[in-house]
Amino acid sequence: MDLTLKIWRQASSKVKGQFVNYQVQNISAEASFLEMLDILNESLVAKGEEPVAFDHDCREGICGACSLYINGRPHGPDRGITTCQMHMRNFKHGETIIIEPWRAKPFPVIKDLMVDRSSFDEIIQAGGFVSVRTGGIPDANSIPIPRRNAELAMDAAACIGCGACVAACKNASAMLFVSAKVSQFALLPQGRIEAQERVQRMVAKMDELGFGNCTNTYACEAECPKEISVSNIARMNREFLSAKLISHKEF
Amino acid sequence: MGKSLTYSSITKKIIMSLAGLFLISFLLVHLGINLLILFDNTYESFNTAAHFMATNPLIQTFQWVLFIGFIIHIIYGIIVQLQNWSARPVRYMKKGYSELSFFSKFMIHTGVVVFIFLIIHFANFFIVAKFGHVDEVTYKSGTYENLGAVVVETFKIGWYVAFYVVALLLLGFHLEHGIQSAFQSLGINHWRYTPVIKRIGTLLSILITLGFIAIPLVIYFS
Ligand code: HEM
Ligand code: SF4
Ligand code: FES
Repeated sequence: MDLTLKIWRQASSKVKGQFVNYQVQNISAEASFLEMLDILNESLVAKGEEPVAFDHDCREGICGACSLYINGRPHGPDRGITTCQMHMRNFKHGETIIIEPWRAKPFPVIKDLMVDRSSFDEIIQAGGFVSVRTGGIPDANSIPIPRRNAELAMDAAACIGCGACVAACKNASAMLFVSAKVSQFALLPQGRIEAQERVQRMVAKMDELGFGNCTNTYACEAECPKEISVSNIARMNREFLSAKLISHKEF
Repeated sequence: MGKSLTYSSITKKIIMSLAGLFLISFLLVHLGINLLILFDNTYESFNTAAHFMATNPLIQTFQWVLFIGFIIHIIYGIIVQLQNWSARPVRYMKKGYSELSFFSKFMIHTGVVVFIFLIIHFANFFIVAKFGHVDEVTYKSGTYENLGAVVVETFKIGWYVAFYVVALLLLGFHLEHGIQSAFQSLGINHWRYTPVIKRIGTLLSILITLGFIAIPLVIYFS
């Protein structure tokens, strides 16, 4: 198929960017979206032009590096899938595809379609860990965990930190990401010990970085490649409220 | 006050949701009393109820709590919205596609119209009732200010009825998203009860809106 691509080009965070149109021909429906961009970049390099910068790493949907806001949707059309796993069969011959970077104050553009997501790392550094040594893998059943909690914790831990939730949210809120990280610990006994401190620290960092407030619009859940549930946001709200009400320390 | 502006995002939402849910209790009481107008040509029941509301010390105290509730909800609504706009300084060229609750996109817009409506409404009824001159009417049970007549007179004015209807429709849209949203903000999300809360929220928004709208429409067209 032949396509017109309307791509955001911006040489660095310091300069203004603009959309540039490109044509690509003979793209196979079996190609992945990033392979299509590779083809475009090869042709740009052959012409001596600067290739389009975009993030990618594993290309198998597990690392969270790829991004891209494609035709108004983070990770493009198709649900529950990352950009690297999304294939060209989702598009029609002759279509124009608009490709933009994630847009949020805490995600500044580094170059073209690449944004700086280190604000997510800062949120994790604020409390998204267990700071005591938990030793090796415990024997089965030595720490009893309800099956339901184990499953909910695993579902929350599926978050790959891609930032699509922020990109999709009309408020550029990071609540789905932060709540997934808070939940994966809050649901398990090892994470409970620091739960009150963790939720307060992570939320404070999230606010400080300039992410928006949640208005329960749920675009995040609809666009999350790992289909993280907004029930995690409610869990974080509960955790936060109870921490503020009963914890001995404020963070 | 200084500290309350720096409350965390979640605290602000919790305060807003509590204030919002509290305001709904006021809407229900208000609606119940208003509806009395339609069922009594002499307005006796409405005037008696209005008199009770205006003189009962408990209700009078409650009025201030309500007023503070409005102020808190509105102030935080505006702060939250300003922060949300500033969180995305560069907009997307292509509008977001994602499936989402339709009315949630317009909370500030419906909120502001309701706010303007409240001010006009306040000027029209509340101030007249409290400080203006209202004719009196005598029933077997006693003599009351004939507020029912004031209401009916006002609802004969075409533009006012139109504005009233539009503002209440928008309030309905505000509540359609707001009621279920408040529960999520408070951390209440349950595989079985959340769908029920959503349905009750929608039903309540429809009932409140239709109930309020029916009154001026019936009066205007009769
Ligand atoms: C009778 C009047 C009102 C009622 C019953 C009401 C009720 C509610 C409720 C229950 C919510 C959901 C809160 C949450 O999600 O946590 C809400 C949200 C909101 N309200 Fe109101 N409201 C009223 C008037 C207003 C007014 C006058 C404004 C003025 C600006 C306003 C602005 C907002 C905004 C911006 C939101 C969205 C906040 C968010 O989702 O983060 N509301 N309202
Ligand atoms: S919650 Fe979903 S969209 Fe958000 S960072 Fe995690 S995987 Fe990405
Ligand atoms: S490149 Fe790793 S998830 Fe897409």
